[in-house]
Amino acid sequence: MERKEIIIQKIKDKLPGVQFTTAEFRGELSIILNKKDIVNLSSFLKDDPDLAFNFCEDVTAIDWARRNQRFTMVYHIFSMKNKFRLKLKCDVEEEDCNIDSVSSVWKTADWEERETYDMYGIHFNNHPDLRRMYMPEEFEYYPLRKDFPLMGIPGSLPLPKK
Amino acid sequence: MEKVIKENAHSKILDALLADKDITIEDALENEMILNMGPQHPATHGVLRLLLRLDGETIVSCVPELGYLHRGYEKMAENMSYHEFIPHSDRLDYLAPLSNNVAWVLAVEKLIGIEAPPRAQYIRMLICELSRIASHLIAIGSFAMDVGALTVLLWTLREREKILDIWDILCGARFTTSYTRIGGVANDIQPEAIAKAEWFINQFDDNLTECEYLLNNNRIFIGRLEGVGVVSGEDAIQLGITGPTLRGSGIAYDLRRDMPYLFYNDLDFKVITHDGGDCLARYFVRVDECRESAKMVRQILSKMPKGNILFNSPKKVLPDKVEIYTKMEELIHDFMIVNFGINPPVGEIYNAIENPKGELGFYIVSKGEGHPWKCKIRSPSMVNCQGLPHMIKGCMVSDVVAIVGSIDPVMGEADK
Repeated sequence: MERKEIIIQKIKDKLPGVQFTTAEFRGELSIILNKKDIVNLSSFLKDDPDLAFNFCEDVTAIDWARRNQRFTMVYHIFSMKNKFRLKLKCDVEEEDCNIDSVSSVWKTADWEERETYDMYGIHFNNHPDLRRMYMPEEFEYYPLRKDFPLMGIPGSLPLPKK
Repeated sequence: MEKVIKENAHSKILDALLADKDITIEDALENEMILNMGPQHPATHGVLRLLLRLDGETIVSCVPELGYLHRGYEKMAENMSYHEFIPHSDRLDYLAPLSNNVAWVLAVEKLIGIEAPPRAQYIRMLICELSRIASHLIAIGSFAMDVGALTVLLWTLREREKILDIWDILCGARFTTSYTRIGGVANDIQPEAIAKAEWFINQFDDNLTECEYLLNNNRIFIGRLEGVGVVSGEDAIQLGITGPTLRGSGIAYDLRRDMPYLFYNDLDFKVITHDGGDCLARYFVRVDECRESAKMVRQILSKMPKGNILFNSPKKVLPDKVEIYTKMEELIHDFMIVNFGINPPVGEIYNAIENPKGELGFYIVSKGEGHPWKCKIRSPSMVNCQGLPHMIKGCMVSDVVAIVGSIDPVMGEADK
């Protein structure tokens, strides 16, 4: 059985409560799930001795600039044992802009989530230290959102007076 | 307690302390203090700011602050075509610009679904390995300088200068190279560049050994690095550390072998690891990797195939300049690609390569337009910096420069 089928079968067997769909593009497998299951599935994928996704490469979000399901969280995880990369994706609504933090599963998600919060304004529940990563703390906008203009917003950063 | 302090302290100091109404005597004699290191500090290799809480000279905790060089490349990438981003990738890890160029075009090629011809891929491997040597040489030299061995920096910079001369011949620039193109490389490698690379590799080993002589039996150098900034293999994986820093903790993780790209499958090379997990092990990994890369360069030069350097796909790949000026079709394609972009299919890919600093990944989301809908840069320096608090905790103030030097962050990449 191929690695992709093993992973899908294993999640179905061990976590029957988790609803998910899969997608594939250029040989990269993504698992699309509900945001409430993210910590549950992450810790299963990490702790299962066969799958052993012990390395979280990247956490980020996509802003689709639409009314429903505006954001998608994307997690790239890697299994050093099987040399396999997997994408986890879940939608986040603009009105309910939060998701559980996976920094308890992979420590490296700590800064990656801070960066996502800084750039997209998605709040991470149970995050140990949710501060802005790059922008100043008093900055009110989220630069990578599609409604933030490329040239910036005049007055958003204090400038010297005339 | 208060009585003892009153008896021991000089009356003038006591008066001065008591004059300040907001501070109690216990506060004033408190051992802990906050030290702000950076962002303008010569040993932090750029604009990294570290906030240290000290107890005497021991560090209790550390908070790194990033973002002093944040230029918003991810936002800019969303507003420019795929070709236009190639020069910007130079400015990420500015010590190994060619490696970044390769990482970006490999990601875009994966998204489009094309593959460069073998000769172009061999040239890319060659420049990747040479830039790895160049980057490690800077890392070793500046690292040694930070802990007090100044001469080595001059010697490693001299070696790096020779690699920059190769870049000069190859693409006319020494730093801002922008040499790769989607589907190939900008121009074929010149015989002079190959000759220069061969000459460089032949004399490199002796010169590196010379540098090593200066360091490996230098008591001060060893004393300042051994057992400093220890991170275990498991912790390093948990913290997401990659590159020489991870391999210095004994984890043999190298994307060139684990997720082979280009033609790394055809090369014979070892993944260098050292077990110490301290600054000294990371230094050893870098030196040995330089040697290993030199070996790989030799193999690449002997295996370099003949043939095209651009993939034949007129709607995706920029045509040759001569053809644009002489042929109608090529002129139209060039106009379309430059003005409207290459319009890859709808989809998303993540592609990572082993950069000198660690795993450099690009996550690109395409909506079928000429510019990416989203581009995320997974920069190794930023994630490696996350390991700093773990490594620094419990060390002395003077160890901080050694630890920062040993993970070798480049802030252009960490801050994006």
